[in-house]
Amino acid sequence: MSEFFKGKSTSRRAFLRGSVAAAAGAVTAGAAKAGPDPLITEVQPWATGLGDGVDATPYGLPIEYESDVVRRNVEWLTADTISSINFTPIHALDGTITPQGCAFERHHSGAIDLKKEDYRLMINGLVDTPLVFTYADLERFPRENHVYFCECAANTGMEWAGAQLNGAQFTHGMIHNMEYTGVPLRTLLEEAGLDVAGDLQDKWVYVEGADASSNGRSIPMGKALGDCLVAFKANGEALRKEHGYPVRLVVPGWEGNMWVKWIRRIEVTNSPVESREETSKYTDTLADGTSRKWTWVMDAKSVVTSPSPQAPITHGKGPLVITGLAWSGHGAITRVDVSKDGGKTWETARLAKEGEAKALTRFYLDTEWNGEEMLLQSRAMDEAGYIQPTKAQLREVRGLNSIYHNNCIQTWWVRPNGEAENVEVS
Amino acid sequence: MSRFLKFTLVAGLTISVTATAVWSGEYGLGRPALPEEVAAWDVNVMPDGRGLPEGSGDVWTGEQVFIENCAVCHGDFAEGVGNWPKLAGGEGTLANEDPLKTVGSYWPHLSTVWDYVNRSMPFGNAQSLSPDDVYAITAYILYSNFLVEDDFVLSHENFAEFEMPNADGFIVDDRAETEYATWHGEPCMENCKDSVEITMRAAVLDVTPEEAGAEAEEAAAPAAEEPPVEVAAAEPETAAAPDPELVAAGEKVFRQCKACHMVGDGAKNRVGPQLNGVMNRAAGAVDGFKYSSALQDMAADGLVWNEENLAAFLADPRGFMNGTRMGFGGLRSDEDIAAITAYLSTFGE
Repeated sequence: MSEFFKGKSTSRRAFLRGSVAAAAGAVTAGAAKAGPDPLITEVQPWATGLGDGVDATPYGLPIEYESDVVRRNVEWLTADTISSINFTPIHALDGTITPQGCAFERHHSGAIDLKKEDYRLMINGLVDTPLVFTYADLERFPRENHVYFCECAANTGMEWAGAQLNGAQFTHGMIHNMEYTGVPLRTLLEEAGLDVAGDLQDKWVYVEGADASSNGRSIPMGKALGDCLVAFKANGEALRKEHGYPVRLVVPGWEGNMWVKWIRRIEVTNSPVESREETSKYTDTLADGTSRKWTWVMDAKSVVTSPSPQAPITHGKGPLVITGLAWSGHGAITRVDVSKDGGKTWETARLAKEGEAKALTRFYLDTEWNGEEMLLQSRAMDEAGYIQPTKAQLREVRGLNSIYHNNCIQTWWVRPNGEAENVEVS
Repeated sequence: MSRFLKFTLVAGLTISVTATAVWSGEYGLGRPALPEEVAAWDVNVMPDGRGLPEGSGDVWTGEQVFIENCAVCHGDFAEGVGNWPKLAGGEGTLANEDPLKTVGSYWPHLSTVWDYVNRSMPFGNAQSLSPDDVYAITAYILYSNFLVEDDFVLSHENFAEFEMPNADGFIVDDRAETEYATWHGEPCMENCKDSVEITMRAAVLDVTPEEAGAEAEEAAAPAAEEPPVEVAAAEPETAAAPDPELVAAGEKVFRQCKACHMVGDGAKNRVGPQLNGVMNRAAGAVDGFKYSSALQDMAADGLVWNEENLAAFLADPRGFMNGTRMGFGGLRSDEDIAAITAYLSTFGE
């Protein structure tokens, strides 16, 4: 067991092999021979010498033993990493807040360098006075703090056709959850004045980024005046470059593509722009070839993060914590059920705390594992009374080509040796 | 220290500007945007064409600009290279198992093409194209999708008239009716299914990046070999049959030509002439195909598509025939040229 302290494993695969072997050892050790533990009876070097001084890492990174808890990319998904996506290591995290350093990235023309001093935000179109704000201006408006999840519409998209990627990071890792600090979009729109826009019911705002892709999306005015936030801090510190430093838009509960990074312009319009990202992409093609558009809300969804293919059971039978994440773009998660038998029977999990609207909720099922195989599933319910569907239910309505907005129930097949695999069940 | 000073100076400047603010905002922060500034950033184009600058571009100019700026990723014929987006083809495939979503088959508005090319392309050199170039590229993409003729000219004046084939292919999100109403209420907790079978396993597919699945080693079936390419049924010819392996290789190479040229049973003229019996035939001889004047001139001088001439043409189309309409950039390897020659020789008239 002391191997765990000595150093990081050379590869994830080696780690998995080692940990399963260690698990077998632990079971026998607990039962029979148990000499004194040298980690206790012998004086260890860390208890004798000195550690690092305070300035060893002016900005701290995780200890080297956690170096496998990082974002990962699936190379075959895209043509180039400049216009691509990677995945949050949700299998190795707990709680609900995603550290910025391992929160997934999605760029259309790469993550750009944009200094605060060079940052400008324009509001134009159907406003009384088109305005330009500097970064410093934004910090002088009254600001708010909110925790929200940001999920890419394509999260779990590779699983439409069948079980594909073996790990919660890859099947469900296009998501992060942060506490944002920013100015309500409503405040900025009202500063520019909406009198000339007339009836706001049928108006839109078009938001675009400062990067070369100038990723642009149309948002109905109701949402823009609702809970959208022009954010410049996440988890207490400046946004990371890869998440839109210095300023990004937060569109709570709606697909991540609308959370425009490096936001530079907000235009009030009388109709949607029908940009590339809201027509050719992020639309859902149904079985008959017609496609849904404006499918902005991310429906309730959940996944067991441990045990899972990258997080096998390493301790043998006995007490087992099954845990995972649940979220809904319609509001708060009210309940999560867990099944160990592929959906025949369900038991209600414990929510770590009451669900928060449009934010991740952590659930636990504190259970006993009898060492037999399990087909683990989780099923979320939200305050609107919506129940997370199975993949079969989704396919029945949408067919096989939908790609985006796949919020199906996920199944992990946990074997008696503790390893888990992404499977589909009848 | 100096950064801090700079910041406070900038902030001070903002205060002095806002002191003279004339808009009605509650906080008086920011400043009015100047018309030149709005003009510089507000360049998006609406579906009805609002926002388009004056200008125009024709298909053939578009082809040149496209080959220079876009073809490296999207292919000479907008057919896509590797994982890069295909911009042409796919018509009628949206209800198929693997729909091909391109500008022609999927995009509902032409404005989206113009707007995206203008603002976001070329990849790595965005906002470098002139309005006329963007009109020309848009025209060429339409042509690549067989949506306009080769003499088509797109301009701000005729832009709004153009209707995309899939304009009516979209519905507004209807999940509230089709899904939410059903997936609602009190879920089943016991005896929800009679039996549960595993129907698919990710480890068998084995597409997860390395290191992610320890069991992949034991479970993964060996990756299926690419199915052997079927040798095209050779017409019974009197000449010695070409090497079957070379023919098979040539069929693969011919995929690059298929966007424009058909060959085999029922082949018709498309962007390029059908190629049945092309080997050792006089150039410019296919009925009903409108050849470029460059080709007609060389045909009049007695050009025959023998191995030597075809090889020279395929290696460098524009070098061999200045003024050809064949947009293809050329085959780089002699093996590919030999293979495609062998493949084409299997098709008689």
